[in-house]
Amino acid sequence: MALIELFLTFLKIGAFTFGGGYAMIAMIQAEAERHGWLTQEELVDFVALSESTPGPLAVNMATFVGIRTGGVFGAAIATIGIVLPSFIIILIVAKYFEAYKNSKAVGGIMAGLKPAVVGMIGAAVISVARTVFFPAGINAAVFTSAGFWVFLGLFAVTAVMAFRKVHPIVIILLSAVIGIGAGYGLGL
Amino acid sequence: MHKNLDLFLTFLKIGAFTFGGGLAMIPLIQKEVCDNKHWLDEQDISDIVAISETTPGPVAINAATFVGYKTAGFSGACLATLGVVLPSFLIISLISLLLTQFQSIRAVQYAFMGIRAAVLALLLKALWMMFRSAKKNAVSYLLMGVSLVLTAFFKIDVVFVIIGCGLFGLLWSLLHRKEQSDGTD
Repeated sequence: MALIELFLTFLKIGAFTFGGGYAMIAMIQAEAERHGWLTQEELVDFVALSESTPGPLAVNMATFVGIRTGGVFGAAIATIGIVLPSFIIILIVAKYFEAYKNSKAVGGIMAGLKPAVVGMIGAAVISVARTVFFPAGINAAVFTSAGFWVFLGLFAVTAVMAFRKVHPIVIILLSAVIGIGAGYGLGL
Repeated sequence: MHKNLDLFLTFLKIGAFTFGGGLAMIPLIQKEVCDNKHWLDEQDISDIVAISETTPGPVAINAATFVGYKTAGFSGACLATLGVVLPSFLIISLISLLLTQFQSIRAVQYAFMGIRAAVLALLLKALWMMFRSAKKNAVSYLLMGVSLVLTAFFKIDVVFVIIGCGLFGLLWSLLHRKEQSDGTD
């Protein structure tokens, strides 16, 4: 039963995500929370690991969540779920490509979807920010802890690097080293 | 070499060597599929980009299925897709096992505390890139705001946000076109 749920959830994610892996995070997060599959921290860690390993972010994420929920078989089920909608839709589009390419309806739908994707990635930014800076909820004590300021500083530095087009893997490795240094240094 | 096997191996390579996925994969696909194998031409690659952007699901899967189908029909589509997925699947399964072994180690926990801040930075960059490529007008800003608020604060199923915005875009374009044609009459 849990495996069917896993399959159907990733089928849904595969069928309704436009605009690449990042747009998918808000959806995976909501589903993982609803089914109790992962904690918010684990999800953010999986995003980092998916970024640092080859292959599509979506497939990596599906494999992670699947293996946690139902072992290697669960991973296979989740991956098939996320791949299947794309696969079927592309087969249809490839067959009727000329009609598809010139369709005004597709253009109209996309004009509505693009801003929606921006909004969804914005929502992912908000929830990941909460997980990073306020893991125990927002309260005054957070602002007096050294850890908060260290991670805020680290976020600022990595953001500058990201916008300067430094490779994500370099950014992730550097932040891991700083995290270890800060953790032991501050005795977090 | 048999074409199906060749497709499988080519996409296995693409799956194993592209980081970040998405449109970052397109140049490598172009190099392999156009320049090395001569299966498709440049026009096909720009079609693939257009299709991947307008259909749901990972760009890598969309591209693999499309190239496979164009090159060798249904079996080609299956093998190219399997090829692009397999490296991810194996690598992540391995990492996941290692992670379970090592996640109780203090240094690993600290490393991830740092990494989470970096993920936020990468997400912010992705948000900026997406925002830049979106249309800059009142309707577009409205849709961005509504979908952000609904997803972040009202916990509405994202599926409804997607369907709603898609339908809105469709209706808007139909209305707009009618106005335009009325104007020219």
